Amino acid sequence: MAHPYMPNSTDDAKARMLAAVGVADVDELFEQIPDDHVSRTPNGLAPGVRSEATLRRHVRRLIDRNDDCVANASFLGGGLWQHHVPAVVDEIVTRSEFLTSEWGTPSSDLGRNQAWFEFASLLGDLLEMDFVGLPVYSWGSAAGYAIRMAARMTGRGEVVVASSLSPERLKVIRTYCGTEGGNDLITVRVVDVDPATGTLDPAALALGPDTAAVYLETPNYLGVVETAAAEIAAAARANGTETVLGVDPSSLGLLATPAQLGADIVVGSTQPLGIHLHAGGGVGGFIATRDEERYARQYPTLQVSLGSTTEDEHSFGMVLFGQSSYGAREDGNDWTGNSVYLWTVANAVYMSLLGPDGFAELGRTILANAQYAARRVAEIDGVEVRWDGFFKEFVVDFSATGRTVAEINAGLREHGVFGGKDLSADFPGLGQSALYCVTEVHTADDIELLTDSLRKVLA
Amino acid sequence: MSGLRRYHAPVWDEPLIMEMSAPGRRGNVPPEPIEELDPASVLPAGLLRATRAALPEVAEPDVLRHYLHLSQETMGMIGISLFGTCTMKYNPRAGEQLAQRDGLAELHPDQDDSTLQGLLEVVHRFDLMLRGLSGMDRFVFQAGGGAAAAFTHATVTRAYFAERGELAQRRDVITTQQAHPCNPATAAAAGFNVITLPLESDGYPSLDALKAVVSDRTAALMMNNPDDMGIYNPHVKEWVRTVKDAGGLAFYDHANFNGVMGRLRAAELGFDACMFMLHKTFGVSKGGGGPAVGAYGCTEELAPYLPGPLVEKTDDGYVRRENPSGVGRVREYSGNLNQVVKAYSWLTAMGGDGIKEAADLSVLANNYMETRLLALPGVTKAIPTMTKHRLEMTRFSLEEWSAETGLKATDVQNRMADFGIDAMWLSHEPWIVPEPFTPEAGESWSLEDIDYWIDVLAHVLEEGRTDPEKVRTAPHEQVVAQFDGAGLDRPDGWATTWRAHRRKTGRA
Repeated sequence: MAHPYMPNSTDDAKARMLAAVGVADVDELFEQIPDDHVSRTPNGLAPGVRSEATLRRHVRRLIDRNDDCVANASFLGGGLWQHHVPAVVDEIVTRSEFLTSEWGTPSSDLGRNQAWFEFASLLGDLLEMDFVGLPVYSWGSAAGYAIRMAARMTGRGEVVVASSLSPERLKVIRTYCGTEGGNDLITVRVVDVDPATGTLDPAALALGPDTAAVYLETPNYLGVVETAAAEIAAAARANGTETVLGVDPSSLGLLATPAQLGADIVVGSTQPLGIHLHAGGGVGGFIATRDEERYARQYPTLQVSLGSTTEDEHSFGMVLFGQSSYGAREDGNDWTGNSVYLWTVANAVYMSLLGPDGFAELGRTILANAQYAARRVAEIDGVEVRWDGFFKEFVVDFSATGRTVAEINAGLREHGVFGGKDLSADFPGLGQSALYCVTEVHTADDIELLTDSLRKVLA
Repeated sequence: MSGLRRYHAPVWDEPLIMEMSAPGRRGNVPPEPIEELDPASVLPAGLLRATRAALPEVAEPDVLRHYLHLSQETMGMIGISLFGTCTMKYNPRAGEQLAQRDGLAELHPDQDDSTLQGLLEVVHRFDLMLRGLSGMDRFVFQAGGGAAAAFTHATVTRAYFAERGELAQRRDVITTQQAHPCNPATAAAAGFNVITLPLESDGYPSLDALKAVVSDRTAALMMNNPDDMGIYNPHVKEWVRTVKDAGGLAFYDHANFNGVMGRLRAAELGFDACMFMLHKTFGVSKGGGGPAVGAYGCTEELAPYLPGPLVEKTDDGYVRRENPSGVGRVREYSGNLNQVVKAYSWLTAMGGDGIKEAADLSVLANNYMETRLLALPGVTKAIPTMTKHRLEMTRFSLEEWSAETGLKATDVQNRMADFGIDAMWLSHEPWIVPEPFTPEAGESWSLEDIDYWIDVLAHVLEEGRTDPEKVRTAPHEQVVAQFDGAGLDRPDGWATTWRAHRRKTGRA
């Protein structure tokens, strides 16, 4: 029986191709492979399921065993956040023309290239930055690449990061910065944040002659908006150090832009711009700078530029391709490959739909909802919200309740609530604390469910 | 032109979305806050945005129509794409639909394992399937693409030798001229020195060349086999043995697995680790360049160095656990697990019989193409001394035709698009074959589509002799004319954003 995915799996097609090639048996075509290379062990795979109905039922039953963030009220964030994804985004991003496309040429894939350019342009408007590369795998990857850019530009070998950094992203950054004994090692120096405010004090930076970059995020992983970001960027500049700033684009209709703060290289996640969580598969990272040659020549990404055709039409092409690993192999700026380019189409659609007022309103709603939720949670006996000045995430300290976050979260699950991310292992100084995330998708009923459930669990 | 289809791309003269702005229009309205709050009451003025974002203002139906127009101006699945080295194949809609369900799309990776049992079971099942195909002992899916899997190997190698106290000594990673650029590039990014072996007349570097560079400084060998020209190194077992005898690790970049799947097992050839690209070989959508998955597998000996978390089956269900001596993370979370579910769905549909048949059909179709293409005057193949049937794909050359007509492979690429053919792949760097092109039929394109592709090429080659100007100025039936990239690599020429373009062109 022919397989539905393989048009040539009919006897007729095979016979025609064999006859044209002039072999009697397809095995003859594998003559390059020495006999003792061919595996004799069964591969353990079951026979194929040719019926889509049967296949769908099987996979669907597996997926539907999961408990998701729609059926439950989820307060999980920490670098991957539940936001509303407009229906138009899903409609466009599942189009086969975008899904099943590869490299193309400027004319054969004009539409996709235009969407890529629009992604970079719209993000540039949000960040107030003029040079934006095509995205990389994730925010952590973007931070790692940006730090390596800064090290190449300055010829220095140290990056300073805040102790409030996401443990997950810090691990990625460390992987990108290398290991003692290798070439081009970048030392990661962690500076403690002020326990009273959760923010980084510029006086604590201790910038030295070998400091290539300060890597700072605002809002930081613990939710707090960094109050001294501009001062830190100024101090870094005075020291010949690059400021790499990580930002959450969902905050930028409301919060100061990276340009306003004086950042040099800006990175962040594209996930808040119209991408579902996908169990951690919804991530993407961007890199942006001022449009200066010294930055452009260090980009490790692919970049698409507006240009024109021989007939003076708008078209789009890759620029500075020769400095990528595709162009220069080991002599390129780091390495590139498949990334998350499909998501840039989602991002472009999302940013177009929201526009300037949508982003401003989104920011105000998130801030107000998060502050409301924190106030309501703090009303519960023994529960403390650590710091104010946060945007959409905040640290809830349960230490005084005598219960662990793990116990509390297990109890909350019984009520259809996914409690905040447990911080107790990664941030022991915070005791039994959890990072709670509240966005525009949360309603007053969700907060009511959370506080009622917390009271029951803590009773 | 008889026998060829009439084709003309949909042309919309579509403006940029930034040019579609009309003050006051809206495409989406966020919810009202639960209770009103003045931002200035909780954040200092200096931390608030000073100016309104310069984003366009567009209504929902206009945004939808704009991006539908752009989708129509993207050949992708609409055309015929025999794009070699990337193995274009059909992306089953069932997998795409399943991945849209809340039970996958709306999962947070920090959820408790007890709420992710279906997903973790899929990951574990798929890990077992890949172990069966490779002979490796453990897979992780964290890498966001094939190059990221190569980087994973470079970092695993680094951790392995660091723990042995040999990292300062083991500085060299050996690749070949025909290894994908990501292999030397990731080795360099991970802090190694790269040694690249040149090809001999039979299409692969000699064993002697390898032996000449292997030493107690060797950290790893990173190679493809077959390579991007469809040439299989028959001495690969000796290669792996040579490197391992010297204390190095051997990594098999399985970018070209499609033609040999079900026939070869990396572990049986002696490799310590390998990588599969789920976004090509296993039917997952490419998306124009991701989200992708580079599934990285290794032996028990290297498993302690894998990035975490690892998924395991226990008596209490499926769990994720950290890997204490591992490299930490090459990327956040467990990877693009939505794509892993699609690959699991595809491989379940194909089964052990299906992948063997897909490999057979793929190799058969590529040889069918070679037979027909070499019958075209002006077409030759790379490494003509390698006369055995090629695997996966063949790299051809238009050098003779180019000398005759003064035209280039890129001209052919542009002109073929006028007939509904998506751009053919030319070659990775370095171009060791003049005027190269590398078509790959795979198992997803019908014989009729393959014949059409060849008929179009035959037509264009002949047209190059009779009307070279038509080919040189192509495309003519595409969305827009040929791109003029001259000057774009200069600071005053490039504009990666509309802001930069407007500034450079003096438009406010």
